[in-house]
Amino acid sequence: MSYLEYNVKLTPTGLSKVLYINWALVVLLTAVASVGFLQLYSVAGGDFDRWAGPQMQRFAISLGVMFIVAFVPLWFWRSMAGLGYAVSVVLLLGVEFFGSVGMGAQRWLEIGPLRLQPSEMTKITVIMAMAAYYDWLDPQKVSRPLWVGVAVAMIAIPSFLVLKQPDLGTALLIFGGGAIVMFFAGVSLWYFGGVIGAGGGVITAVFASRGTEWQLLRDYQFRRIDAFLDPSIDPLGASYHINQAMIALGSGGWSGRGFMQGTQSRLNFLPEKHTDFIFNTLAEEFGFVGSVFLLSLYIAVLVVCVISALRAKSRFASLLTLGIAGNFFLYFAVNMAMVMGLAPVVGVPLPLVSYGGSAMLMILIGFGLVQSACVHRPRERA
Amino acid sequence: MKRPAKETEESARKISRRAALLGGAQLAFAGVLVLRMRSLQLGQSSEYRLLADENRINIRLLPPSRGLILDRNGVTIASNVQNYRIVLVREDAGEPREALERLAQLIPLSEPEIERAEREILRHRPFVPVTIIDQLSWEEVARVAANAPALPGITPEVGQTRFYPYGADFAHAVGYVGPVSERDLAERENPEPLLMIPRFQIGKIGVERELDDNLRGSAGHRRIEVNAVGREMRELDRQEGDPGTNIELTLDRELQAFSLARLGEESASAVVMEIATGNILALASSPSFDPNLFVRGISIDDYAGLRDNDRRPMSNKTVQGAYPPGSTFKMVTALAALEDGLATPEERVFCPGYLEVSGRRFHCWNRGGHGRVNLVSALSESCDVFFYDMAQRVGIDRINAMAARLGLGIRYDLPLSGVSSGLNPSREWKRARRDAEWVVGDTINASIGQGFVLTTPLQLAVMTARLATNREILPRLVHKLGGVEQPIADQPSLGLSAAGLAQVRRGMSEVSNSNRGTAYSSRIVDATMRMAGKTGSSQVFSITAAERAAGVRRQSQLPWNRRDHALFVAFAPEETPRYAISVVVEHGGGGSSVAAPIARDIILAAQNRGLPPLDAYPRSQRNRIESMINTISEQIGPAAVPTTGRSRA
Repeated sequence: MSYLEYNVKLTPTGLSKVLYINWALVVLLTAVASVGFLQLYSVAGGDFDRWAGPQMQRFAISLGVMFIVAFVPLWFWRSMAGLGYAVSVVLLLGVEFFGSVGMGAQRWLEIGPLRLQPSEMTKITVIMAMAAYYDWLDPQKVSRPLWVGVAVAMIAIPSFLVLKQPDLGTALLIFGGGAIVMFFAGVSLWYFGGVIGAGGGVITAVFASRGTEWQLLRDYQFRRIDAFLDPSIDPLGASYHINQAMIALGSGGWSGRGFMQGTQSRLNFLPEKHTDFIFNTLAEEFGFVGSVFLLSLYIAVLVVCVISALRAKSRFASLLTLGIAGNFFLYFAVNMAMVMGLAPVVGVPLPLVSYGGSAMLMILIGFGLVQSACVHRPRERA
Repeated sequence: MKRPAKETEESARKISRRAALLGGAQLAFAGVLVLRMRSLQLGQSSEYRLLADENRINIRLLPPSRGLILDRNGVTIASNVQNYRIVLVREDAGEPREALERLAQLIPLSEPEIERAEREILRHRPFVPVTIIDQLSWEEVARVAANAPALPGITPEVGQTRFYPYGADFAHAVGYVGPVSERDLAERENPEPLLMIPRFQIGKIGVERELDDNLRGSAGHRRIEVNAVGREMRELDRQEGDPGTNIELTLDRELQAFSLARLGEESASAVVMEIATGNILALASSPSFDPNLFVRGISIDDYAGLRDNDRRPMSNKTVQGAYPPGSTFKMVTALAALEDGLATPEERVFCPGYLEVSGRRFHCWNRGGHGRVNLVSALSESCDVFFYDMAQRVGIDRINAMAARLGLGIRYDLPLSGVSSGLNPSREWKRARRDAEWVVGDTINASIGQGFVLTTPLQLAVMTARLATNREILPRLVHKLGGVEQPIADQPSLGLSAAGLAQVRRGMSEVSNSNRGTAYSSRIVDATMRMAGKTGSSQVFSITAAERAAGVRRQSQLPWNRRDHALFVAFAPEETPRYAISVVVEHGGGGSSVAAPIARDIILAAQNRGLPPLDAYPRSQRNRIESMINTISEQIGPAAVPTTGRSRA
């Protein structure tokens, strides 16, 4: 960038930043979250205070955090990427050794009054670190084995720690988010082909390990995979969730059974109806129309992010935006595939819709970074 | 770090290319999701809708109310009453132990009851209502209801249970109901779902059991919406079941009560039949028991008391008891001889007190002998030797045929438990069952209703009715079924010769009306009510030669269970017979002294449709009879109301 260019282009400062916020994205995120409020109100049987109320508060707070993140210059986030990554890994190690056990998995770390779920935060810090890494790395070198190896290690360490908790869903998202950044950074497609091939080998190994001493997955994870492959094996056991979820989804029909009329969710046949399976309550009550509407909102979010990424002037901004968007895609795609019986149940919530504060905060921090990239893009003087 | 612009541009182009590539892949995946939604929500939606309904809709059976059992006059003898019970819902009641102890301060709850209830509560899910105690009195329920605020999760409920207002009076005939047991289910090929309702009551013995299919009714149902754990959310619709059919029996409430009271403490039975129809008016078996105990769940002690009593209160002796008929069988022998002309009514036989047959001496009950007796006096004085003589002439085949004609040895098809066929012995029977040939001594024993012959009190009443009418009377117990009168069986003539039958009836008349008759002291002086009967005293153990040599002991000197059975059969009025009766008193001693007075009182009660009229008795007996009747009428209570007490194991 020459001095001249610097003179004609300008990064917004102060309150004028508000004007450069990507408002379309804010509106879309709010729309998605509103679908969540509606369904949380419905599955609570019309009890606003049970889920919908707290969820709205969390959304409001998270949105505030998003704006704060958006107003902080992007260079700051870039310089924080390495630190954030290091803190994440340290916290994950902390969970491993000092974490409290909840629901059969070690996920929480308690520091004083704070309850942290480091794996949530890691989804973002890995993407930031990868974007910063490829921004730093000479694009000519991205496909060299050494630098690919560094990137793979950066992804693999936190993924492995999360997998050990065990939290297969989050580990997948972390792994996927990092891989997406590598993909955009231009790493040779041969590597991806190789990984997919190796993945096939790993799956084979996982199944071969079943029942042996070095079993790679927990028994319940194997049962979930069995239930996915053939839901009729054990309708009241491992497959119960997915069967009931499919019934809820399928019984919605074209336009659904009506708001608050879904019997599957109202009568508790649907498990985890306010978290992982909330999409099914929407599908039951609003049918095909409602389901496609929500999917369209998600796609619109992606499109807005991709446009923003392509207009970005820095490599870091592009990679970060695309990484966050890719992560968001993985989020809803895995959840929807799971609740529609296209993927095993791995415990990934529906972003911004499922009940839960930690995930929502991290997603909006992620979009805060996207906004920051958008706000702090050098622009022609008006 | 600065990089040449060219490089940056190239990396930006690469990002755009890859974004297009991955974006395309993502859109393709979104397309897959949409296709999947389309196939599930549009393609298979009706299938899934059905599955959703199957999930949420449960069908619960509603027990129908059981048909009532009425007597011939429409008096309810088996009714349904409110059954108050206490139901506890754990999730509202909190700690079950504490809740039960709070409850125990209001209603009597024993420690074992509390423990059992606690176990039952903990077995169910917290929202399931568990019946912790039932058969409560209204007072107890009212006490619980009044304290409802202090007893969260504990509610009184009302259902139906069987109640027998006349208690012991109909215990044997009507029987009782109880909760369905494993055995009840095992007996049925394909048990109705209704029987699976917890604590559902079905008939266990008697009419309740035999006509259970009529009485039970059919279940109603309600469709309810349940949630995933089965908790009822709301009722979708409800269809009440059809109540069971009411049954009107031929029994007469008052006569039944009188008969049972008159039998008193004896181990005895009495059957009263209306001759014209065969209707059984009274079917009394003593001692009896309170069937309500069984409905509530009888205590172990009460049950042991009934089971171990040597007078067998739980047996319905009127149809289950098979006794040697003794001299009441003599009419059969007499008619067998007369019908085939093997004897004439006027013929006389000399009774020296015994008869030698093939070297064996058969004794008459009167050791001094009756002298010369004819048919009439042989019946009225109950001379045994006369019938020994007849027996030798007619043989067992004719006796067997006549007994069958008069209704003995037949199992009557009545809705009662354990109806016995008695035993009308024949040559074939002895050959098949005893693997021995019939000998003349068997015939001689049979001629006076001893030896192999066994009859039930019901059969004796039928025999008496047939003797009184020369018609094939059949007993009838069910008068109306659901208001529809049941047909009376055809009564074809027995075809016995009028002359012979007239002599037998005359003999029976003299039994209680001639001063030489064995039941003269039980005569009825009112000419319109006079009865004709026959006494019987059947030996339970044969008297050995040694005992006879030592002198036959008086019945009162024998231990109870070695005494003779006392029997009496009669019909009345003797001119136009309307009622037939049989009375059997186990180990009562003598038919004339024990059974005949009972039969007289009961048949007078039947004729008078109330208590026996005092002026029908000989003047000299009236004082004694009056006090006896007063005692009995005090025992006959009005219908009981459902009791307050509980008895439970």
